[in-house]
Amino acid sequence: MKAGHLMKAFFTRTYGQLGRSGTVAAVFLAVVLLVALAAPLVAPADPNQANLLDAYAGPSGSHLLGADGIGRDILSRLIYGSRTSLLGPALVVGVALLIGIPLALAASWYGGLVDGVVARIFDLVYALPGLLLAVLTVALFGPGLTPAVVALSIAYIPFLARIVRAAARQQRVSPYVDALAVQGFGAVRITVRHILRNIMPVVVGQAAIAFGYALLDLASLSYLGLAVQAPTPDWGVMVSDSDALLKGYWLPVIAPGVLIVLTVLALTVLGARISGEKPPGYLRRARRQRTAPAAVGAAESNDKTPVGAAR
Amino acid sequence: MSTPLLELSGLTVDFATDDGGSRTLLDGVDLTLAPGEALGLVGESGSGKSMTVRAVTRLLPPAATASGTVRFEGRDVGAMDAAALRGYRDGGVGMVFQDPRAHINPTRRIGAFLIEALIKNRGLKKKEALARAEAVLADVGIDDPARRLRQYPHEVSGGMLQRVMIASVLLAEPRLILADEPTTALDVTIQREVVAILDRLRRERGMGMVFITHDLDLALAVCGRVAVMYAGRIVELRSAETLHERAAHPYTLGLLGSRPAIDERAERLRAIPGRPVSAFEAGPGCAFAPRCGFAVEDCHSTPQQLTEFDGGLVRCGRLAEIHPDRISEEATA
Repeated sequence: MKAGHLMKAFFTRTYGQLGRSGTVAAVFLAVVLLVALAAPLVAPADPNQANLLDAYAGPSGSHLLGADGIGRDILSRLIYGSRTSLLGPALVVGVALLIGIPLALAASWYGGLVDGVVARIFDLVYALPGLLLAVLTVALFGPGLTPAVVALSIAYIPFLARIVRAAARQQRVSPYVDALAVQGFGAVRITVRHILRNIMPVVVGQAAIAFGYALLDLASLSYLGLAVQAPTPDWGVMVSDSDALLKGYWLPVIAPGVLIVLTVLALTVLGARISGEKPPGYLRRARRQRTAPAAVGAAESNDKTPVGAAR
Repeated sequence: MSTPLLELSGLTVDFATDDGGSRTLLDGVDLTLAPGEALGLVGESGSGKSMTVRAVTRLLPPAATASGTVRFEGRDVGAMDAAALRGYRDGGVGMVFQDPRAHINPTRRIGAFLIEALIKNRGLKKKEALARAEAVLADVGIDDPARRLRQYPHEVSGGMLQRVMIASVLLAEPRLILADEPTTALDVTIQREVVAILDRLRRERGMGMVFITHDLDLALAVCGRVAVMYAGRIVELRSAETLHERAAHPYTLGLLGSRPAIDERAERLRAIPGRPVSAFEAGPGCAFAPRCGFAVEDCHSTPQQLTEFDGGLVRCGRLAEIHPDRISEEATA
């Protein structure tokens, strides 16, 4: 009973802050995350258990989404694959934030030369395509998740830090920052405990968007055989199963592809909502049409109705 | 005489402009403040009042450079390193800003704002700090302080928030309070209350204060001495009791003359002709000369010094002509 109330309160609040599209995205991502964490409990079969008799089996009771070329259960591979597919981008975004935020805060706090140098470095790294950097790193250190994550982490620093710097600069010139300085607080305390806290929605929103892009980049690298290696279940690796496509079996390739698209889309939508961006017009139009006639009616009768009577 | 609490000598602030030049905003300000003394800084907008206190806290905008010295209890503020500066700002000076809404982090609760310095800089436990904050809120006349501590700045009125800011300054127990037009953003009826609270608590705790205002009467009411500023310079400095009767500088006389009288009905308020100038617009001579009824040719070209006159300091070269009666008094005294 009480838990039910709490759940309802939680959802009302989330809905109020994220809107319809944001809530849908958040729920979808929560399900994906839970499934990834509970993979051994949820997956119907061992993702690496091959059974040649089931090769390219269609969806059935024993294989809900069918099986791939050597008879591995696709649903189980998708479920286990979500682990590597989410871990990689999480590492990329985590490392990029860990390096990017202090640099961005220092640049915005000190301004002048420090800001100029840091901002130019961000611009420089931003100009390098992340995928290219990752391909180069893999060429140097050999394929694998680690070199790909390291390269992408560096490439994603400016994507996050430029936004943090811009938002922090805006806070930096706010009067309350001066007031805090007069209270005897140092640069670290003011930037971390006040400025960073106040711009957190922007940081989290941008991090969610970056997470989506990093997922896509890592999937691309895995598709090319440069990141996660073949027997390990991974969405990017699964999409690269060209053998299945050539033989006319689309499900083993489309299923992970759809998951990648949906996850990235959900992250982008959620990121935009968290950082306070309004949903685009085509998602709001329906509601406006519904309320518009009522608003006109209210305006017409306005001069006759006493204040507050509309409610 | 013991070390003054605050000592400004030759304080000058220049502002770098975008075209590479520089403009003087503050031109050689000398002031001393004894411990526990209250000094009013009065002047029109742009006369350099705020720049003066900003220089005292080393809070000038990046484009501004200060020269001259600011000494706090004998220590040179300009020469302090980061740690010393933090200590000086923590327990030495406290600042009450003009607009409390802009100067308090809007996303933190009032309680968090009040106790942060106590916990971080004084090492108090959260519980103790909250208890002290509650007590000080009660001191500044806020009802139900425990509830206010849990509220956000946007949930309380401007007058209440200014009292919260005063409370935050009192909590730090500084030796010097800098109040930069603390009542300008408030409703007139609230102004009196806030000033009264600030004045009473400052006296009780023996704190010095620099009180900035453009309300001359307000300054006279709460300060022992008043410095009148014009175009980045002090033009007259004298005790509050004597300013009314014995103001000597034409600008101070103009200010006194342009106040609306409470007991008579005036069709039109008297005003000082012309508009106030900034220090960088002033000529080589007296900055007030273009608006001054007593000015002669010489006023525009000869720089004037603050000189002792009739118990105060006045920056004017025509005192003998303007106040011939008082000159003779001086000579005989």
